[in-house]
Amino acid sequence: MAIAAAASSERMNIVITGHVDHGKSTLVGRLLADTGSLPEGKLQAVKDSCKKNGRVFEYAFLLDALEDEQRQGITIDSARIFFKSAVREYIIIDAPGHIEFLRNMLSGASRAVAAVLVIDAVEGVAENSKRHGLLLSLLGISQVLVAVNKLDALDYDEAVFNRIKKEYEAYLETLKVKPLAFVPVSAREGKNITESAPETPWYTGKTALEILDNFHNLPSNEDSFFAMPVQDVYRFSNDNDARRIYAGTIVSGEISSGDTVRFLPSGKEAHIKNIEVWNAPAKTRAITGEAAGFTLEEEIYVKRGEVMVKSGENAPVKTGDRLRANVIWLGSRPFRFGKNYLLKLGSAKVQARLEKIESFLGEAENGQYGELRRHDCGSVILSLARPITLSSFYDNASLGRFVIVDGYDASGGGIVLENLSAERTWQSMNSFEGLAAGGDFEEELFTLLKKYFPHRFPNL
Amino acid sequence: MRRPEETEKERRALTRLDKLESQSIFIIREAYKSFKNIGMLWSIGKDSTVLLWLAKKAFFGHVPFELIHIDTNYKIPEMIAYRDSLAKELKLRLVVGQNKKALAEKRTFPDGLDRISCCKELKTIPLRQTLDGSGNRRVYDPNRDVWEELETAEPYNAVIVGVRSDEEGSRSKERVFSSRDEKNEWDASAQPPELWNLYKTEFAPKTHVRVHPLLDWTELNIWEYIAREKIPTISIYYNQGNGKRYRSLGCYPCTNPVDSEARNPQEIIRELISGKFRNIAERSGRAQDIDGGGTLETLRKEGYM
Repeated sequence: MAIAAAASSERMNIVITGHVDHGKSTLVGRLLADTGSLPEGKLQAVKDSCKKNGRVFEYAFLLDALEDEQRQGITIDSARIFFKSAVREYIIIDAPGHIEFLRNMLSGASRAVAAVLVIDAVEGVAENSKRHGLLLSLLGISQVLVAVNKLDALDYDEAVFNRIKKEYEAYLETLKVKPLAFVPVSAREGKNITESAPETPWYTGKTALEILDNFHNLPSNEDSFFAMPVQDVYRFSNDNDARRIYAGTIVSGEISSGDTVRFLPSGKEAHIKNIEVWNAPAKTRAITGEAAGFTLEEEIYVKRGEVMVKSGENAPVKTGDRLRANVIWLGSRPFRFGKNYLLKLGSAKVQARLEKIESFLGEAENGQYGELRRHDCGSVILSLARPITLSSFYDNASLGRFVIVDGYDASGGGIVLENLSAERTWQSMNSFEGLAAGGDFEEELFTLLKKYFPHRFPNL
Repeated sequence: MRRPEETEKERRALTRLDKLESQSIFIIREAYKSFKNIGMLWSIGKDSTVLLWLAKKAFFGHVPFELIHIDTNYKIPEMIAYRDSLAKELKLRLVVGQNKKALAEKRTFPDGLDRISCCKELKTIPLRQTLDGSGNRRVYDPNRDVWEELETAEPYNAVIVGVRSDEEGSRSKERVFSSRDEKNEWDASAQPPELWNLYKTEFAPKTHVRVHPLLDWTELNIWEYIAREKIPTISIYYNQGNGKRYRSLGCYPCTNPVDSEARNPQEIIRELISGKFRNIAERSGRAQDIDGGGTLETLRKEGYM
């Protein structure tokens, strides 16, 4: 029986992770089937296909829709599966457990606000149980449900559950991740998934579904400071359209017509003239999450990559060209010192170098590490070729995370722990952009420079 | 009764449809910024018409790229009439590709080929040739209101496509920025990581990229958005008195209408939430999906949408 969520109900992205063969796909298949979230055509198609190929139907097959996967019996990519409970709609991401597919697990996890980590009770805590726990902490996902699976194979033994719980809790503690719940389940038999199981009378907690429903979407940034990375500036001349529109998606706070705004790193100021819309009523205010567009009273020259903030708001969004960050490396070539990479943060793109590896998790050779290899993680210091505008991940997630591109390959990702621009290098001080981003003295100096050396500022 | 502060909070937050709209606009803007020669596939169906609408929103009434339609010559006739009138009304530069050779030689279904081979001849091949610039095309110029025949054109570096992950298994595996090799082929198992909304938009020369702004939309979201925005949609989606309507549009030999009383977007939404289609897959009226397991996946590897 389908539990239809209201059409206007909220939606949550969750990720399912864990070691290979620990039963992630089965768990998701169960959740879909037991809540009636499957389209009739889908279940039948998979059952028919099993019949044709002489295989016993398994819940995991519902997700492994790709031909390749069915042949190999493993999940290759993070499928986006829609799923409804009485409380909300989920996009549930069945992240693969094979280590070579880590890039897919991360692609899934980076869109999630909560995670289910599946551990096979028979096999116990495995390598990827640990690695995925670490990655969730690096991605800033703090809501974690640990499902101890396959307990049917162990006669629902409470002692096994408690042992795994104790061991994994101790590990997560070292990562500062506090799981919200451990649940003893059998995904195959549908125990403690949507209904409490009589087989586990010793377990008095909630079912996996109830726990999911109690998770929260991230607090949105509506009440926070205003920030919008400039995505593009449009000037479409056809149909005599004379508007110059500064477009971007607001990552926190709100802005109104008439407000004074400031662009960082350039430091240019202007006033919001109009909030531009098409096929919508005119409005004077734009809020967090909106893909917005503005005309300004002053026609100033700013480019993609700058961040628009509200003048007078003391936003923890600063320019910087050195940062401390947690990085996960996924590239086939290692992350090395002395090489230029492209770092993408907000709408900015900048050349970056690895300056220092402060801590390391991965396969170190003879206890030594001079680079991050594929699937290694570490806390590092990065230096940038010019200042960009950023914040710590904890002040603003959107301006505190980045990807690293090596050549044409997306090779790493991470979150900003700290903007180290206080220790600004001479090179950045020497750039006018760096100067403009500072305090009052620099601002005044910049004004004087503009006055006496106008040829150095052709775009103003 | 609602407390006043809750109302204030709600007023200040985006609805789910607003969020989907904003995310899709972000992706469309990102795609436009990243590629020199980009087009948008417009199948005339509800999804790609929503996509077109989102482009108008993203660029404040403008559509700064070409729309591409692959005309199999077997499209339900209302689709072509609707296409041409909307192109005129919304001032769209429209490029129409077609495999004239296959049509002339009757290499189609049901005359000479099975359904799957027909899809390849009339959709995949002309799509490939239109995208790489080698195929002939008819182009509508909205400023002069004329159609012109062109032999070849510059290849597109990227196309924006309205596929959704809830439609079908292989589509649920797509990246937002998904690269194809020179032959337009897709390797689903070797895709790069795609973290947050920091899409990798740097590609080696000659790579062809598919951009998918609608992956997170469901069929229901599409209809909710059509209703909210009053998007002009083709009449054959609605029951016009005979108790039948199309739920998904394709070529007439392979697409069947479904029994339905729904006469407008609101009635379709009701039907999807609580009515007869609540648990029936959208593409159940599309015959090429049923002929052999994983068919759409096979087609998509070769370049089908």
